[in-house]
Amino acid sequence: MHTWTRRGTSAVAELTLVEAVNDALHTELERDDDVMVLGEDVGRAGGVFRATAGLRERFGSDRCVDTPLAEAGLLGGAVGLCMAGWRPVVEMQYDAFSYPCLDQLITHVGRYHWRTGGAMQFPITIRMPYGGGVRAPELHDDSPEAYYVHTPGIKVAIPSTPSDAKGLLAAAIRDPDPVVIFEPKLVYRTARGEVPDGDYVVPLGKARVAREGSDVTLVAYGAMVPVCERAADALDVSCEVIDIRSLRPLDEDAILASVAKTGRVVIVHEAPRTAGFGAELAALIAERAIFDLQGPVLRVTGYDVPYPYWSIEDAYMPSVQRVSAAVRSLFE
Amino acid sequence: MASTEAFVPSGLTDGDLLELYRRMVLLRTYDERSLVYHRQGRIGTYAIFWNHEAIQAGATFALADDDWIFPSYRESAIGLVRGMPAETILQWWRGHPAGWWNPADWNIASITVPIATHVPHAAGLAWGKKLRGEPGIAMAFFGDGATSEGAFHEGVNLAAVMNAPAVFVCNNNQWAISTPIEAQTRAETLADKAVGYGIPGVRVDGLDVLAVYNAAREAVERARTGGGPTLIEAVHYRAAPHATADDPRAYVDLARVEEERARECVGRYESTLKSAGLLTDEHVEAVRCEAEDLMRAGIAAAEAEPPADPELLFRHAYVDPPGNIRRG
Repeated sequence: MHTWTRRGTSAVAELTLVEAVNDALHTELERDDDVMVLGEDVGRAGGVFRATAGLRERFGSDRCVDTPLAEAGLLGGAVGLCMAGWRPVVEMQYDAFSYPCLDQLITHVGRYHWRTGGAMQFPITIRMPYGGGVRAPELHDDSPEAYYVHTPGIKVAIPSTPSDAKGLLAAAIRDPDPVVIFEPKLVYRTARGEVPDGDYVVPLGKARVAREGSDVTLVAYGAMVPVCERAADALDVSCEVIDIRSLRPLDEDAILASVAKTGRVVIVHEAPRTAGFGAELAALIAERAIFDLQGPVLRVTGYDVPYPYWSIEDAYMPSVQRVSAAVRSLFE
Repeated sequence: MASTEAFVPSGLTDGDLLELYRRMVLLRTYDERSLVYHRQGRIGTYAIFWNHEAIQAGATFALADDDWIFPSYRESAIGLVRGMPAETILQWWRGHPAGWWNPADWNIASITVPIATHVPHAAGLAWGKKLRGEPGIAMAFFGDGATSEGAFHEGVNLAAVMNAPAVFVCNNNQWAISTPIEAQTRAETLADKAVGYGIPGVRVDGLDVLAVYNAAREAVERARTGGGPTLIEAVHYRAAPHATADDPRAYVDLARVEEERARECVGRYESTLKSAGLLTDEHVEAVRCEAEDLMRAGIAAAEAEPPADPELLFRHAYVDPPGNIRRG
């Protein structure tokens, strides 16, 4: 149970990241009768991570629906639900289980508004736990954000804190476009922080300066933000940590402003390196800030290999040591 | 297989029977003129639906205006049965944005190009309407090849589990481009697949418009009264190329095609109506003239439309676009 305390005019609670997701869903279903949640095991079980706990009991089995085990049918069904006036929030149970839904995402979800000449809106939210480090079997560990953000018509956000998990999810649900939210499952229960009660929205497209610094900019999102923060603690240079929060729309100004200040950049993500979102960020910095740079734009990423067996996954995941080594190399 | 050669289904007036004929002629004329327009370079690649008119006109005749139609590209011109201008559909085939209608204006979803991916949309719409307590069912059209797709399975299963008011119409013309039905499935009939979803599956002669209508009417009635979805398999034979870019001589038996063309559905219905004394040569002529005029007006209007503004590259990509989509 949450402990609510009042700070100033609004109540806040100390919540874990997954509790904040749950809080956002309760708030948004309460706020808008058109919002419904659907997915595998979201109703009776309340979600395999309990993200949807209590929704079925509170809002009924028509607004928190256990669907057949079929990710493409689930997302395709959501397209039809939009046509009938609903705002579906679709849970993909795990990152890598979402791949069948890419068929619907690419062929329809990202295109249907455009296909109707702007006449119909498809305000679908897809949310899924993503990322590694959780000692799980194969295909419970992927970081598929690049597939999604590469798809026109789609917006993508990734929180790293409980308050952002609530606020970005609320923004996604209220957004008129399809939005995909990746939730860092590694920190579902270890990221803990104050979350405003009731209506709370963090606008898409605004980065967060997680830590101010002056010598080097670490750019990350999701579970890599705390890794960068720990690296910043360990290093004796002044690190600015930018949590970009939203991959599209992207807060280019925040990244460029930080690069202008520090002149050095390390981009960190768990997804494989080639054509990962870090490549897009590096290209942006090369195009718009090359004269601010005092060294190469570096990336610390997963490797271009299948996500490994969990007994050796620590060798895959970007670590404080790898991030620190990259930062130090910029000062050699 | 149900056939209605010898009887007229209950509930259809003489006027209904003639309206059904008018719609078939409209579709046939659209298709035949489109092939000419394509050869004249006035429209792009075009998916021919010659001899599919009985299925399209028959099944949709069972619908009310607030029911939704989910067409594949084979049913591109199905809007004609609801009065959509031929110009709109011709523009779609001309690659002009004026061809992309608002589905809510017609209760007709956009033409779906990838195979079977609209089947879950129909399931979702039907389910969503039911959840809202609103009237309206969904009817989706797809081909025999579509029944091999995962999206078909996932969509029909979703509709069945949710007891959604949906009708799934499989246009089994026995060819998926060059792949014959026996290379597509080992099932004896496609209607048999309904068993796996716990819903009724019926098989009708796809060249018999009244048989198709009858099957659709029963399915629509079942959907409206809470009986859930139905799978209809309308069997016929593709007696034309898959599309203008296809040359079926490499894979099809031309003698069989000629046989099938001789049994085509519009002429067959025309004979039925004539022998019942409902249709005169003058009426036939009038209906054909109306359809041809409509096509002439349609292509003229389409060609009179100014070229699309390249600005449309960006408009409607998002409702609320990210700032950088114009950077190329």
